[in-house]
Amino acid sequence: MRKRPDPFVWLTIFSTSIILFFILLPLVEMVAQPSFSSLKEAITDRDVVNSIWLSIYASGLAAIISFVIGTPFAYLIARKTFFGKKFIESVVDLPIMIPHPVVGIALLSVAGRDHWLGQFMHAFGIRIMGSVTGIVLVMVFVGLPFYINTAKAGFEAIPKRLEKVSRSLGASMTGTFFRITFPLAWRSMLVGMIMCTARAISEFGAIVIVAYHPMIAPVMIYERFTAYGLKYSQPVAVWLILVSLLLFLLLRIVSLPKQAKV
Amino acid sequence: MIQLNRLRIDLPRFSIQDIDLSIEKGQFFILLGPTGAGKTLVLEAIMGLAPVTSGQIIVAGKDVTHLPPEKRGMGIVYQDYALFPHLTVLKNISYGLRYRKIDEQPTEKHLDRLIDQLNLSHLVDRSIHNLSGGEKQRVSLARALAVNPSVLLLDEPLSALDPNFREDLRQVLKKLHQELRITFLMVTHDFAEALFLGEQMAIINLGKIEQIDPVSRVFQQPATPFVAEFVGMKNIFPATFNKNRAIVDNLELCLQAPPEGRKRYVGIRAEDVSISKIRPSNNGLNVFKGKVSDIIDRGLYYEVSVSTEEVVFRAMLTKSALFEINPSETKEIHIAIPSSAIHVF
Repeated sequence: MRKRPDPFVWLTIFSTSIILFFILLPLVEMVAQPSFSSLKEAITDRDVVNSIWLSIYASGLAAIISFVIGTPFAYLIARKTFFGKKFIESVVDLPIMIPHPVVGIALLSVAGRDHWLGQFMHAFGIRIMGSVTGIVLVMVFVGLPFYINTAKAGFEAIPKRLEKVSRSLGASMTGTFFRITFPLAWRSMLVGMIMCTARAISEFGAIVIVAYHPMIAPVMIYERFTAYGLKYSQPVAVWLILVSLLLFLLLRIVSLPKQAKV
Repeated sequence: MIQLNRLRIDLPRFSIQDIDLSIEKGQFFILLGPTGAGKTLVLEAIMGLAPVTSGQIIVAGKDVTHLPPEKRGMGIVYQDYALFPHLTVLKNISYGLRYRKIDEQPTEKHLDRLIDQLNLSHLVDRSIHNLSGGEKQRVSLARALAVNPSVLLLDEPLSALDPNFREDLRQVLKKLHQELRITFLMVTHDFAEALFLGEQMAIINLGKIEQIDPVSRVFQQPATPFVAEFVGMKNIFPATFNKNRAIVDNLELCLQAPPEGRKRYVGIRAEDVSISKIRPSNNGLNVFKGKVSDIIDRGLYYEVSVSTEEVVFRAMLTKSALFEINPSETKEIHIAIPSSAIHVF
């Protein structure tokens, strides 16, 4: 007699299919609906190419900035316990929770000429409103927590003792970081940068407030949708998805551990 | 060589309380204590890897209390090896060499000798991932010794090994110490290891030192009930003393000599308690009547509890000795304890 599967097995299969269907159907439909000629037309349009390039370039820059300023911080949080650590950790997570337009408004409220920081930046010729600087700034703001949390987990996974032994053998803190910690944690750091880029590239709500122009791809898609309708926004969206997918796939392959590579 | 002056370490839930310790140059010193006694913390404080609240650490006449670990010239070996997983065996071993000064550079030869001594020459190009526990620990030893440390700190280096590797590495440690003549400070909870390797030892419990003495003396004359129990003394009783007599719950034990100073306990090793059916003659012995109340099979021997009217003594018997007494039939037996076997503390 064949064993009858437990009803719970059916439940897991059912929920898996629902989830896959729910996520993939709209995406597949969107990619499939535009005609080949409309796709070709979109990619030969300079404005489209520029916006996709800006999206990728700005989010990549945001990831690099997060890496530079976030790494020492993530290391500190992973290694030390101190008064107020929990508070600092919740502060870092704030950008994940705040509604996106609020992020944009918050950033503008310090960048304006009424604020001392705005005046300071203005004196140096730094403009936030309607500039690439503003776009990157927003992207760092929303992407930083993703980099920091992933890098932190990577540092935490390295036994403290390895660093202690390195110090005992004569290496300074800096030497230990570059000879032990970094070689063991770079994959987590790279994954963190991928997460940060992914978050940055998908940001719309905050950027549309800070910088409608120059146009990043999501803003362009939104503009074409409101001005011309679904048909005209779809091809741009398809190209953004394709280019991003390709990039993330590449980075994922690089960050795979050696053994897992086929 | 190493001097701890009122060393204090306060952690949120644990503290090392004002430890004084002195380790001579070239000594094999053992820090013995149960899990959670603070042994590793003391070791890491000496290495500069744990925060010191107050007190002094002096190494080779120099106050190193606030010196970073990389400036202390010591080596540390951990129970879990702590090998660098991204480096080969040779790169692990030579990790610290670049930090040596140029004038201390007979390193190439020194390294080769060390690799030879530790029998690692066939492994140098291997990744550390597929080494056995014993091999890993030898790599870890070579790595620490490669930089010519003045002191080698060992944190339970044998505890994670299989019994056959453990025996092997015990010999390696003993030989290394004899050949290198540098100071070894080893932390362990295993008294047998301490007895085999150590010269001088300190017993630590709950962040406090209980006794500092030569290893054999700790075994013979434990200073506190904790130490006595830790070194395997099975019979420990609070006692009052009257000249050369110890009174334990109305039971009088005759001592070899009246105790000096204020003593509060007597201790007798189980192997010094003998049991017989016939009453032995009294000369030099304390003889009591009793009943066998419990027998525990310990594998190589039996641990037999004998109750007199006042106290329960524990004795160690071989199988044949137990068979001779035949405890299931014999109602009353005699136990005999030589006065020389009764320790007071």
